[in-house]
Amino acid sequence: MKGFGKWAIWVYSGMAFVFLLIPIVYTIIFSFNDARRTNIIWRGFTFNNWLNVCEAQTVCEAFGNSVLIGVVATILATTLGTMIAIALVRYRFRFRNTTTLLIFLPMATPEVVLGAGLAAQFLQAGVPKGLGTIILAHTLFCLSFVIVTVRARVAGLDPALEEAGRDLYGSPAQVFWRITFPMLLPGIVAAALLSFALSFDDFIITNFNRGAEVTFPSFVYTAAARGIPPEANVIASAVFFLAIALVLIAQFSAAARRRRLARAR
Amino acid sequence: MSNNDVPQGGFAEAGADLELVGITKRFPGFTAIEDLNLTIPAGSFFALLGPSGCGKTTTLRLVAGLEEPTEGRILIGGKDVTSTKAYQRPVNTVFQSYALFPHMTILENVSFGLKRRGIKNADVLAHEALQLVELDHLAGRKPAQLSGGQQQRVALARAVVNRPALLLLDEPLGALDLKLRRQMQIELKDIQSEVGLTFLHVTHDQEEAMTMADTVAVMNKGQIEQMGAPQELYELPRTAFVATFLGQSNLFTGTVVTTGSRSFVVDISGVKMEVPTERAQRHSGHVTIGVRPEKVNLHDSEPTGVSGRNVIGPGRITDVSFSGVSTQYEVTLPGQAPVTVFAQNTSISTLHRDGDEVWLSWQIDHTFGLADEVDAAPESRFQADLDTSMIAVQRRRKLEAELEEA
Amino acid sequence: MAFTAFAGQSQASDTVARRKSPIALFLLLPGVFYLVLFFVTPLLSLVITSLQEPDPVLFGQFQNAFNWQNYVTVIETYWQQSLRSIGYASLATLFALLIGYPLAYFIGITLRPYPLLQALGLVLVIAPFFISFLLRTLAWKQIFATEGPLAGVLSSVGILGPGEAISGTTFSVIFGLTYNFIPFMVLPIYATLVSFDLRLIEAGNDLYGSSATTFRTVTLPLSATGVLSGTLLTFIPATGDYINASREFLGSADTTMVGNVIETNFLVLQNFPAAAALSLLLMAFILVLVGLYVKRSGTEDLL
Repeated sequence: MKGFGKWAIWVYSGMAFVFLLIPIVYTIIFSFNDARRTNIIWRGFTFNNWLNVCEAQTVCEAFGNSVLIGVVATILATTLGTMIAIALVRYRFRFRNTTTLLIFLPMATPEVVLGAGLAAQFLQAGVPKGLGTIILAHTLFCLSFVIVTVRARVAGLDPALEEAGRDLYGSPAQVFWRITFPMLLPGIVAAALLSFALSFDDFIITNFNRGAEVTFPSFVYTAAARGIPPEANVIASAVFFLAIALVLIAQFSAAARRRRLARAR
Repeated sequence: MSNNDVPQGGFAEAGADLELVGITKRFPGFTAIEDLNLTIPAGSFFALLGPSGCGKTTTLRLVAGLEEPTEGRILIGGKDVTSTKAYQRPVNTVFQSYALFPHMTILENVSFGLKRRGIKNADVLAHEALQLVELDHLAGRKPAQLSGGQQQRVALARAVVNRPALLLLDEPLGALDLKLRRQMQIELKDIQSEVGLTFLHVTHDQEEAMTMADTVAVMNKGQIEQMGAPQELYELPRTAFVATFLGQSNLFTGTVVTTGSRSFVVDISGVKMEVPTERAQRHSGHVTIGVRPEKVNLHDSEPTGVSGRNVIGPGRITDVSFSGVSTQYEVTLPGQAPVTVFAQNTSISTLHRDGDEVWLSWQIDHTFGLADEVDAAPESRFQADLDTSMIAVQRRRKLEAELEEA
Repeated sequence: MAFTAFAGQSQASDTVARRKSPIALFLLLPGVFYLVLFFVTPLLSLVITSLQEPDPVLFGQFQNAFNWQNYVTVIETYWQQSLRSIGYASLATLFALLIGYPLAYFIGITLRPYPLLQALGLVLVIAPFFISFLLRTLAWKQIFATEGPLAGVLSSVGILGPGEAISGTTFSVIFGLTYNFIPFMVLPIYATLVSFDLRLIEAGNDLYGSSATTFRTVTLPLSATGVLSGTLLTFIPATGDYINASREFLGSADTTMVGNVIETNFLVLQNFPAAAALSLLLMAFILVLVGLYVKRSGTEDLL
C-alpha cells in the first residue's frame, strides 16, 4: 500500500499539472493561428500576429489602458495598504475588530456586488464613468489584498531588530527608514505585484464601471461574441511569459543567494 | 544623519552607577516586577540570575528604555532617566538573538550607533571595535554569512563601540556551545575590565553568573531574593530558593530545641543538628537549615571523638551517580528525606556502593539557616512553574474554576 | 485567513505588545477613509437603490422610496437562478477540494526534499492566473466546441448523443468553475501543509497508526484551517461568478446564475432596483457564512 501511494501521487499530480496547463497551451498555440478575426479553427501557423500585434488598434489600446490603470491603482493601493498594515500589527487602537472586518469584507464580497455598488454610487453622485472610476474601483479591491500581504510580512519581522535600532540611538523616524522599511520591502513588492495582477485581469468590477473605456479583459469579453482576434492571444501569451520569467528569475536569484551564503561560511 | 536628542560625543570614560528605585512593572494580566530596589556601582560586572519568567529580562528592558516602568524611577550616574526614550539613554544592549541588521554589512552594523550620534570618524572606530573582537577581516560580510559565535562577537562590538555608561547583556551566550561559551565568558570579562564599563548581565545559568560577575543578584517571581558576591551567595544562602537555585542544597526542617551562646541545635525528626547563630536568619521556633552536598563526608563506620562537626547516621546509600569529577551519592536515613553527598573522585575506583551503610558528617560552621521554611515534600514529581506570567494564568484559571463551582 | 496563500509564510508573531500612539491614527485614516468612501457608501447606495420604485412620470427612471416589494419580486423571479448558483458553486467547491487537496499535499509535503521542484510546482499551480481569466475559460469553450476534436471523439464513443454539445451545459459550467478556482483551493491548503511538522506523522506511525489512519487522524485535522479557508475562498466568488455561466463562454440560457441576472438587470435592462436587491441578497447570504466562520475563529484570524 505504501509503495502504491508513493508513485500514485506523483502520477496524479503530473496529470493535474497537465490539466491546469491545457488552456494556457491552447491560448499560446492559437496565438500563432493564421486567422483574421475569429480564432476558433486552426488555419495555419504564422508569426504575423506576434510581429504586428498592434495592427488591430483596439487590442493595444485596451492593453495600454489596462497597464495604466494597473500602475496607478497599484501605487494607490500599496501606499494606503502598507500604512494600514503597519498600524494593524504595531499599534493599539480602538475599534480594531471593526477595522479588521472593514478590511476583510471587500475580499469576501462577490465581484458583482462590488461592481454594482460602485456603479450605483457613481450614478447617484453623477460621476461619469471612465478611466477614473475604473482606477478608483481597482484601488478598492486591491487594497485589502495589499493589507493582508504586507501585514504578514510586518508580523514576521523580528521586533528585536527595531529594538536594537532604538537601543543604538536611532530616533523613531531613523529606525523606520533604515531598518523597518528595507526589511518590509520584499513584502511590499509582493503586494504591489499581486495588486497589479488583480487589477490587470479584472473584468467584472471593471465592466460595471468603465462606461465606454476599454480594458484588455473587457475587450476580450465583448469580442468573445463575434470572435477574438489572435492578437489578444499574443498579448495574453506575452504577459504570461513575462510573469513566468519574473517568477523564475526571483526563484533563481533566491537560490543563488542561498548558495553564495552557504559557500561563504 | 545625526540625532539631536541623543547623547553626543563620548561618554564617561568609566561606567556609571545604576539605581533602580521602587520599580514595579505590570502587564495586562500579571505583574512582572514588584517594588524592585537595586544599586549597581560603576565599573562592576553585575549578574542578574534567575529562572525564566522571574522578571530579569523585563528589568533589563526597563533599564534599556525599551519598556516603561509602571511605578518607580531609574537613575544612571545620578541622573533620572525614567522618562527618557531608549535612543536618548547612554545604554547599549547585547540582545539574546543578537538582532544584527540582516540587510547591512558587519561594519555598517557596528557603526550604526556611532552614525546616529553624529560621531565623525565612525568607520574608524567601528574597525577598532571589530579588531577588539578579532573580526575586522570580515567587515564587508553580511550577518547571515557568519557563524553563531562570530555573530555574537559582532553584537558585542556593536554595543561596546559606543562606550555606553552601562552595557546590558541579555543571555548573550545562550546559543553557543559549551566550549565557545567558556571562551566568550573569559573574553567578556577581559573586555569589561579593560574598557572599564559597567556590565549588567542577565542569565539563568548560575555557573556563568558566578564565574563572571563581581556581584550576583538572584531574582525570583519579580523580586530580588538575595544579592552579593558569588561566594557569599553560595556559601550563605538566605532563602530556600537561593539555596536550591544556586547549586544544590540539603535542607532540613525542624524545631529549635537548645540555644547556646554561639550556636543552637535543631531537632529534625529525632536527629539533632547544630547551626552557628551568625549563619542563621532565624533562631527559634520552626526553622529550615541546610548544608551543601560537597561539604558532607561519608564514613564507613561511626566517626568518634570529633568536635565541631554534625554527625548523623547510620543510613543507607540508595543511589550512586558517577559524573567524572565527582560522584553523587544519595543517602537515606530512617525517617528523613534523602541526603545528597558530592564526593570528589580522588581515586579511580568507587569508594562506596549502592546499599552500603554509612555515616555522614560535616563541619558545624558549614551549616546555614534560612529565613523561610521549606514546605513538606512536594506532591508532584515535577517542579512547579516559576514563570510569573504562567503563574498568573494558572491563578486566574483556578479562580474561574472556583467561581464556576460557586 | 485564506490569504496566507498570497502572503507566503505568515507568522502569528503578534507577541510584541502593541504601542498606543497618535501615529496609528495617521497611518489608518487615509486607507480607512478610502474603504468607507468606496466600499461602505456603495453598499449603502445599493440599499437605497434596492428600495427605489419606478418614477411615475419618467419611464426608465427611479425615485427613492421604501419599496420592499422589490425584494419579494426579485426572489419570486430569480429563485431558480439563485439555487442554481448555490448548487453550481457547491459542486465546484467540492470538486476543487477533491482535486486540489492531493495536489496541495504533493507540493507541500511530497516535494519538500526537492525545493526547486517545490517552487516549480507552486509556479505551475498559479500559472493559470497569469493568463487572462477570460481567455482560459474561452479556451475550454473552444476545446469543448461541437466542431472540435474532443466532441468528435466523445460522440464516436457514444457518450455524446447527436445534437448534444459539451459546452453550454451544467457540466461545462461546473467544469469551468472548478478549473478556475482550483488554485484558490490549493494555495491555502498548501500554506498550512508546507509548514506542517513531518515529525507529527512520524509520531503517529510510532504510535501504531497506519499511513491512512495517520493521515486521517493527524494530517487532515491539522490542515483543517487551510481546507476551510480554501473552501470559503472558492465558494464565495464562485457563487457570484457569471463569466463561466454566460452564453459567450461555457454557459447557455439554461445555466444562468445570479451573477448573470444581476449584470443583465443592471447593464442591459437598467432595472437598478432589482439588480441592487439581488446583489444585497447575495451579499447577505455570503455574510451569514462569513459570520459563522468569524464566530468560530474570531476576527484576528481573518487577515
